[in-house]
Amino acid sequence: MSPPDTSRADSARPLNGAGEALLTVRGLKKYFPIRGGILNRAVKRVHAVDDVDLEVMRGETLGVVGESGCGKSTTARLLMELIEPDEGELIFDGCKVGSRELPLKEYRRQVQMVFQDSYSSLNPRLTIEDSIAFGAQVHGTPKREALARTHDLLARVGLDPARFAGRYPHELSGGQRQRVNIARALALRPRVIILDEAVSALDKSVEAQVLNLLTDLKAEFGLTYVFISHDLNVVRFVSDRVLVMYLGKVVELGEAERVYTHPQHPYTAALLSSMPSMDPDHRTEEPPLAGDPPNPIDPPTGCRFHTRCPSIRPFCATREPPLADVERDHAVACHARVPASGYHDDAAAVPDPEKITA
Amino acid sequence: MTDPYVRIRDLGVTFTGGAKPVRAVGGVSLDIREGEAVALIGESGSGKSVTMRAIMRLNPEKRSRIEGSIHVGGHDVMKLGARRLARFRGAEVAMIFQEPLLALDPVYTLGAQITESIRRHEPVSRAEARARALQLFERVRIPSPERRLDSYPHEMSGGMRQRAMIALALACRPKLLLADEPTTALDATVQIQVLLLLRELQRDLGLSIIFVTHDIGAAVEVADRIAVMYAGRIVEEASARDLMRAPRHPYTIGLLKSRAHGAMVKGARLDTIPGAPPDLANLPAGCAFAPRCFLAADSCRRDDPPPLVALDGGRTARCLRVEHTHPDAIGTPAH
Ligand SMILES: Nc1ncnc2c1ncn2[C@@H]1O[C@H](COP(=O)(O)OP(=O)(O)OP(=O)(O)O)[C@@H](O)[C@H]1O
Ligand SMILES: Nc1ncnc2c1ncn2[C@@H]1O[C@H](COP(=O)(O)OP(=O)(O)OP(=O)(O)O)[C@@H](O)[C@H]1O
Ligand SMILES: [Mg+2]
Ligand SMILES: [Mg+2]
Repeated sequence: MSPPDTSRADSARPLNGAGEALLTVRGLKKYFPIRGGILNRAVKRVHAVDDVDLEVMRGETLGVVGESGCGKSTTARLLMELIEPDEGELIFDGCKVGSRELPLKEYRRQVQMVFQDSYSSLNPRLTIEDSIAFGAQVHGTPKREALARTHDLLARVGLDPARFAGRYPHELSGGQRQRVNIARALALRPRVIILDEAVSALDKSVEAQVLNLLTDLKAEFGLTYVFISHDLNVVRFVSDRVLVMYLGKVVELGEAERVYTHPQHPYTAALLSSMPSMDPDHRTEEPPLAGDPPNPIDPPTGCRFHTRCPSIRPFCATREPPLADVERDHAVACHARVPASGYHDDAAAVPDPEKITA
Repeated sequence: MTDPYVRIRDLGVTFTGGAKPVRAVGGVSLDIREGEAVALIGESGSGKSVTMRAIMRLNPEKRSRIEGSIHVGGHDVMKLGARRLARFRGAEVAMIFQEPLLALDPVYTLGAQITESIRRHEPVSRAEARARALQLFERVRIPSPERRLDSYPHEMSGGMRQRAMIALALACRPKLLLADEPTTALDATVQIQVLLLLRELQRDLGLSIIFVTHDIGAAVEVADRIAVMYAGRIVEEASARDLMRAPRHPYTIGLLKSRAHGAMVKGARLDTIPGAPPDLANLPAGCAFAPRCFLAADSCRRDDPPPLVALDGGRTARCLRVEHTHPDAIGTPAH
């Protein structure tokens, strides 16, 4: 089933030697044109994803968090080859995606996605049973077998096939529709599933059922997940590693527990300390990060976070920090974390990202 | 005691458009005092959004059957004629949603939309309406408000758009704000800003708020009281503090337990409530939660749904076996 080894691109070696990369992304870039003016020409561009490198390890769950609009869904769409990158390449299991060894159609079967918007991702004129079985049939599974598998999957995501198989999408609540989307993604037996806010429409008890299901399926089929969410508790619980994005850039990437307990980038620190308190007697009084993210049409020069960072040096506004390892399996893009950056040369106070909390 | 500002009694909403009638809301009663914030949490599909829409009479009137009564600030909502209903929406009650792009008109600037909304309700000049729009933008803390009034919705970030929608909702000085998952699509840094803004509006303007969310942390940040819904009914109601400290309805207990939180062991299984929510077109006799309940006895599966039981501290729960969930009860829920 898997492509021949001879075509392995030897540059697909994993970062830091931990595990093995299943999916490697290099130099990924997507600028969306904004049209305007009399000639309706592209006058400006949204820097949605700007030079992203990343590796998804075989069998891991990679959590992705970040500001709304920082490019998480765009990255996911690029990984799925649903939109074309302006620059960059994808290597899956050692083969370049779209090459002879790994044609797009074959790649698309192996990588599936559950979309953020459960409404628009199902065909309103198909029953959910037909929606789920459709993909497998396109890829050559006989109808009877596809339907049998569909009913099994519906039961596994907690929707009794007898009650739900024949319903149309508008006859379901948001949470039920999202479980149909998960079943559909599983129907093709993919190796990677990208989950974009896949559980955020669910109440906590259904969410727990779906998360347990994802854990079981991962063990059963050796799946790899990319898990995008705003729910920081859930991301911490499911992820082996966490990637933090800000305005189209990766600002931090590391082992999940380490990132949560020792965030290195000031944005990560602000994000984590913005989590609701859960204690009615100690409600949050001040937002840890004030103001709004800058406009992605015209992102700040240098470090993109410098306009909101609690402690910057003048050169933060001109020099862009590279994503560099600060410890094993933990990389961060912040001048303050790189000894040779000159950040600590002038003897001013060293920022402690763990102290951003108001 | 003064009358509550919002008084909902035995609200029932049945959708009759499909093959079988679906009873989405099956007898909801809820009081909200002036200036009080109440969060509505619970099962997805339990009727939270339908209840909110009923308060503004936004459910499709031809394809639904509505029972019970809703009073808001002296208005008998069910009886409002078309003219007064139009005034009621906006000037008494306003609503914000998860997706601001659905509420905002993409072809007009925000300033134009807010000005238009004010002038539809009140006989004021364009300049005066514009000045009020500017105040609203300052109020919800939109940066460079003057310039932002001339922005189109798509030119704003998600958080800014959500604040713009709140400004639009406040345009006609409503006294009740209905917020249906207003922060679900926002990251934590922006979410907390919006939650604190809602709290500030509640305090400064004396606004009453009904806040629907799946995020219990968000509910705690905003709400004085929390009501929990299951299968079209409110099954438990208590102050945020009491509910978090000691949930009493078995569904609430299960819901709070199933949260992924803090430093849980990786790969551990989350606690879940066994079984699936009931079919609203075909509810079981007795308590709708009984088939999934760790405490259910035969009496729970008979006859009518359980009545509302008043508990200490002004809280209530719809459960026949509620004495077994008292923190001091012997034999507290073995899981
Ligand atoms: N088709 C498009 N045309 C123009 N701009 C777009 C398009 N799709 C996305 N964008 C812009 O690209 C940026 C990144 O969007 P994206 O949806 O990837 O963010 P996100 O991180 O998924 O946000 P959220 O957390 O709100 O889902 C945003 O500024 C968005 O407005
Ligand atoms: N127009 C409609 N026609 C038929 N059924 C409907 C309609 N609108 C809602 N329903 C049904 O009514 C029930 C309650 O829906 P509602 O949207 O209030 O749920 P909710 O509690 O807001 O759920 P969620 O947390 O998933 O948003 C659901 O089972 C839904 O399928
Ligand atoms: Mg997104
Ligand atoms: Mg809803």
